[in-house]
Amino acid sequence: MFGREDKVPQGKLTAVQYGILAIFLVLTFGLWRLQVAGAERYEAQAERNTIRNVPILAPRGKIVDREGRLIVDNYPSFSVLLLREQARELSAHVPMIAGGLHMDPEEIRADIRRAAGEPAYEPILLKDDITPDELAFVEAHRSELPELETIMVHRRLYPKNGFLSHLIGYVGEVSDQDLNTPQFELYQPGDIVGKSGVEEYYNDLLMGKDGSRRAIVNSTGKEVGRLSETPAVPGKTLKLTIDIDLQMAAEEALQGKNGAIVAMNPHTGEILAMASRPTFDPNDFAVRISRDEWNKLVTDPDKPMMNKAIQAQLAPGSTFKIIMSIAGMQEGIAQNMHVFCPGGATFYGRFFKCWQKGGHGTVDISAAITHSCDVFFYTLGERLGIGKISQYATELGLGQRSGIDLPDEVTGVMPSEEWKIKNFRQKWYAGETISVAIGQGAVAVTPIQLARAIGAITTGGHLVRPHVTFPDQVNDLRKDLYGADYKPASLSGPPAAQELNFDPANVDLITQAMVGVVGPGGTAGASHLEGIDFAGKTGSAQQVSNEAIKRGIKEKDNGWFVGITPHNNPDLVVTVLFQEGEHGALAARLAAQVVKAYVDKQRLRQQKTATGPSTVEMAALWSDPDEQGHATEMRGGRFIVPVGDSHPHRFVPLKSAPGITPPAPVPAPSHRPRDERPTVAQEVPALPEEFFSWSAA
Amino acid sequence: MSRYVSFRDFDWLLFAYVIALCGLGVMQVYSSTAGTKFSGFHVKQMYWILAGVGMMFVLSLINYVALLENIHWVWIGGVFSLMAVMVVGQRYLGAKRWIRLPGGLHFQPSEWVKLIVILAMAKFFAELRREVSWSDIVKIGLIGGVPCLLVLVEPDLGTALTYTPAIFLALFLGGIRAKQVAVLLIAFCLVAPLAWHHMKAYQKARLTSFIHPEDDPQGSGYQVEQSKIAVGSGGIWGKGLRKGSQTQGAFLPFAYTDFAFSAFSEEHGFVGALLVLLLYFMVLMRLISNAQTAPDRAGAFVIMGVVAVLAFHILVNIGMVVGFMPVTGIPLPLLSYGGSSVLFTFLSLGIVQNIRMRRFVN
Repeated sequence: MFGREDKVPQGKLTAVQYGILAIFLVLTFGLWRLQVAGAERYEAQAERNTIRNVPILAPRGKIVDREGRLIVDNYPSFSVLLLREQARELSAHVPMIAGGLHMDPEEIRADIRRAAGEPAYEPILLKDDITPDELAFVEAHRSELPELETIMVHRRLYPKNGFLSHLIGYVGEVSDQDLNTPQFELYQPGDIVGKSGVEEYYNDLLMGKDGSRRAIVNSTGKEVGRLSETPAVPGKTLKLTIDIDLQMAAEEALQGKNGAIVAMNPHTGEILAMASRPTFDPNDFAVRISRDEWNKLVTDPDKPMMNKAIQAQLAPGSTFKIIMSIAGMQEGIAQNMHVFCPGGATFYGRFFKCWQKGGHGTVDISAAITHSCDVFFYTLGERLGIGKISQYATELGLGQRSGIDLPDEVTGVMPSEEWKIKNFRQKWYAGETISVAIGQGAVAVTPIQLARAIGAITTGGHLVRPHVTFPDQVNDLRKDLYGADYKPASLSGPPAAQELNFDPANVDLITQAMVGVVGPGGTAGASHLEGIDFAGKTGSAQQVSNEAIKRGIKEKDNGWFVGITPHNNPDLVVTVLFQEGEHGALAARLAAQVVKAYVDKQRLRQQKTATGPSTVEMAALWSDPDEQGHATEMRGGRFIVPVGDSHPHRFVPLKSAPGITPPAPVPAPSHRPRDERPTVAQEVPALPEEFFSWSAA
Repeated sequence: MSRYVSFRDFDWLLFAYVIALCGLGVMQVYSSTAGTKFSGFHVKQMYWILAGVGMMFVLSLINYVALLENIHWVWIGGVFSLMAVMVVGQRYLGAKRWIRLPGGLHFQPSEWVKLIVILAMAKFFAELRREVSWSDIVKIGLIGGVPCLLVLVEPDLGTALTYTPAIFLALFLGGIRAKQVAVLLIAFCLVAPLAWHHMKAYQKARLTSFIHPEDDPQGSGYQVEQSKIAVGSGGIWGKGLRKGSQTQGAFLPFAYTDFAFSAFSEEHGFVGALLVLLLYFMVLMRLISNAQTAPDRAGAFVIMGVVAVLAFHILVNIGMVVGFMPVTGIPLPLLSYGGSSVLFTFLSLGIVQNIRMRRFVN
C-alpha cells in the first residue's frame, strides 16, 4: 500500500485551514452586516412586509324625506377576486368558476390574459355585485377553488325608475381632476364621492370617514392576525325637505313627458317636490356603468342627465305676466288701465298679435291675467319700459341663481339695456320691450326661479332662498363633524329671505285673478279642482332653437304653469315646465295633480292630528230577551261611544321611496298617535243612558 | 492489516458536532414547515439522519483501501446512474434530477456520485508520485468532468458546481504548478462566455440578480431580498422559534431547504447564527486534523475532498443567504431538509471515520 512518507505536505493543509478561517470570517461579517449593523432597517422592512393597513370602508349616510322615510340606502355588495398566486390548475377550473358565477368562460380567460402582464400577486376583479347564490358558490368551494376571494363594499341603493334621481344625484370614484382641487385635497384615489345633486352638494356629510385596521398578513396577503383597529365613522343621515307623497304625484304627472316640476313652500323655501324628465337610473352608476350606456345618457338630445328644474333656461311665456302685473301695480300704472284688445296692436311700427285671434274686448288688469290678454301687457310693457320691468324681475330673482343647495344651477337671462350693451354691444330696441312684456324675447328662466318669484309675489313680497335640506339639521350635523365652533361659510348668492313689501291690495288683486285662470272661462279652466283653493297662471312659450331653424321646422311650444294653494298667502307654489306641451293649460293639469296630492295630504293630516279621546253620541233601539228568549220589550237609548280613527287602514303612508324595500328600523321622526288609539271594534260601548221604553204587551 | 480496529478510535467529538448540527436542522425544519403543506418534514428528516448514521457506522467498518482499489468499477456505476437519470428521471421544476425508488422515495444520484468523484480523485493522486503533468490534468478532468457534465445537463448547475472544489483542492494538494494554473485560468476565460450563452434564462437571472436584488423584488431578486430581510430582522437575539414573521408568513421562499439558514438566523439571531458557524468551523477543523493524521496519502486526499465539498456548500449557501452569492440552489449540509444531502454527508463522514480508525494500522 502507500507509504507514510508520501503524506500530503503539512504546509498545504495549514493553508487550507487558513483559507477556511477566512471564508468563515467573511460569512461572519455578512451576518454582522445584516443582523447587527442593518437590524433596524431590515426590521422595518419585515414589518412593512407583514403589517398592512386595511381600510374599513364607512357606509355613506342615508337620505330620508321630510318625514324620515327612507329614500337612499346602502346595501352590502360583494365582488369576486381571482388570486392567481393561489391558483394551481387555473385553466382547468375556469369552466367551473364560469358556471358558478354565471359568466362566459371566454370572458374569464380574456380577463386572465389581459392581466398576464401584471405581477401575479395583483388580484383580478372577476365580477362586481354578485348575487347571493354566486356568493354561496364561492363560500362553498373555498377548498376546491382557493383562488377565489370575495370583498364586501357598501353600495348605494337608489329608488328605481329614476325617482328623484336628479335631485339625489349619484356617486362615483373621485376623478383625478377633482383630486387636484383644494376642496378634494384630503381625498384618496378610489374614494367614492358624490358626483351630482345632493350626493355632491352634501358629500362631506354623507361620506363618513373610513377607518382602518392594522393587520398581520402573510406573503399571499391573507390576514393572520390583528394589531389595532380604528372604526369607520358612517356618513350622516340627511333629511330632505322633499315629501315623498308629493314627489310621487309630480313624478307620475311627468311620466312619459319632457319637462320639470318644482313644488316649494314660499314661506320657508323648502322644496317639497322636484322632478325632471326624462330621467336616468342612478343605480346604473352604483356598480359600474358601461361606456355605451354612459355615452347614450350624455348624448341623448333630451338630456336625461339634466336637472331641468334648475338647469333648463327657457322663455317663461305668459307666466311672466304675473311679474309684469306686480311691477305695473306697484308703479301705480296697471290699476287704472283699460285696454281694448282687438286681437293685436301696433307698437313702434310693428304689429304684435294677441294669442286670441278675435281679441278680448276691453280688459282691465284682472281680466288680462285671467284671460292672458297679450295686448294689455304689450301696452303695460310700453308704459313701464324695459328699465322698470328689468328692475322688478331682477329683484324677484330672475337672471340670477336662486341659491338652491344643489350643484350646477344656471342663471337664466333677464335682459335690460345694460345687459344688451354688455353682451351684444348693441342698443336696446323699444320693440324688444314689447316681446319681453309677455315673457318672450331674450328673457329666460328656470323653473326654480319662477317658483321663487311667483312665491314672493303671492306672499306679499317674501322672497326666499330655496333649499332641499333643513338648514338647522345641516348645521347641527356640520357642528358634529367639524366641532362645536363650526361657523357656516357665508354662502354666495341671495340671502335666506328678503322682504320686498308689496302692497297687499295689489297682491290680492293678482291672486284673485289667478283663481280665475283655473276657474270657468280661465285659460286653464279644465284644471279646476273642485273644493280646492287653487290658483295659477299659464304660459306657452315659443321656442326658437338654432337646430330648429336649421332644419326649417316649427317646434312645438313649451307649456308653463305656476300654481299656488291656497290663493291667499299660499303655502305651496308649484311650477310646471311641460316641454313641447303646446299650451300652458296642459301644464296646469300636471300642476293640479301635485296640488291635489298636497291638499289631500293636508286634510288627512288635520284629521289624523285631532288628538285626545273624542266621543260620538248615538241613539239606538233594542230589545232584551225574556226568560224564554223572546223579545218582549222594545227599548231605546243613547250611547256615548269613544272613537279613534274610524278608518285605520285607509291611508297607509309610504315607509320609503318607491322601489326601495324598506329595511329594518326607519329612523321614525313622527310618532303616530293613530296607532295607539283603540279602534271602534275593540271598544266596549259604555252603558247606554236609557231615555225611553215601552212594553209590547 | 492485523491490528484490531476499535470504535475507541472513532472521532466521537466530530460526531457530536455533527449531531448537534442535525438537531438544530430538525428544529428549523419543524419551525419552517409547521402549518404548511410540508408540515411533518422534520420527522422525515430524522429518519434520514438515523439512516445516515447507520450507514456511517457500516461504512466506517469496511476498509477504505479495499474500496479505493475497486473505485473504477464504482465510478463506472456512478456514471451509469447519472445516465439513468436522463432516461428514467423524474422531471420537477424543469429539471431531471431524481430517480423514483420503491416506497415513494426519490433519490438524487448526483449527491453520491460526488463522493465517488472524491474517492476516485484520491486514488489517482495517491498513486501519482511525481509532479502533475498535462496528461494528468486531462485524466483528472475526465474523472471529475464527465460526472460533472452529466449533472450539468440535467440541468443542475448548483450540484455540478459542488464537484469542482474537490477537483481543485485535489489539484492544489497534488502539486499543480503555477504555470498550469495560469493556462487553465486563461482557458476558462475563453470557454466561460460560451457556457453563458448556453445557460437557461433563469440560471442567468439567478447569477446576476444577487448583484441588484432590489431591481426586481418580486422576480429573481425576490428570494435574495426576502432572505436578507429575514436574516437582518432577526437582529442579535432573534425573534424566537416559530416567531419569525418572514419564515412563518411564507415571505421567505424554501425556508426549510435552501433558505433554512436564513430562517434559522431570523428566529435565533446573530448569536444563533454564530453558533452554527462555529459548529461548522469545528467540524471542518476536526476533518483537517484527521487528514493530517491519516495513515496514507489516499486517506488524506479523501478527507480533504470531503472538506472541500462541505466548505463549498457552506460558503455558497450562507453566502447566498446573506446576499454575497447568487441563488444556485445549493443546500446547507445537515441544516437544510433533504435525504440525498444528509446521506451524502453521513457517507462522507463514514469514510472519514474509517480512515481515522485506521490511522495506527500499519
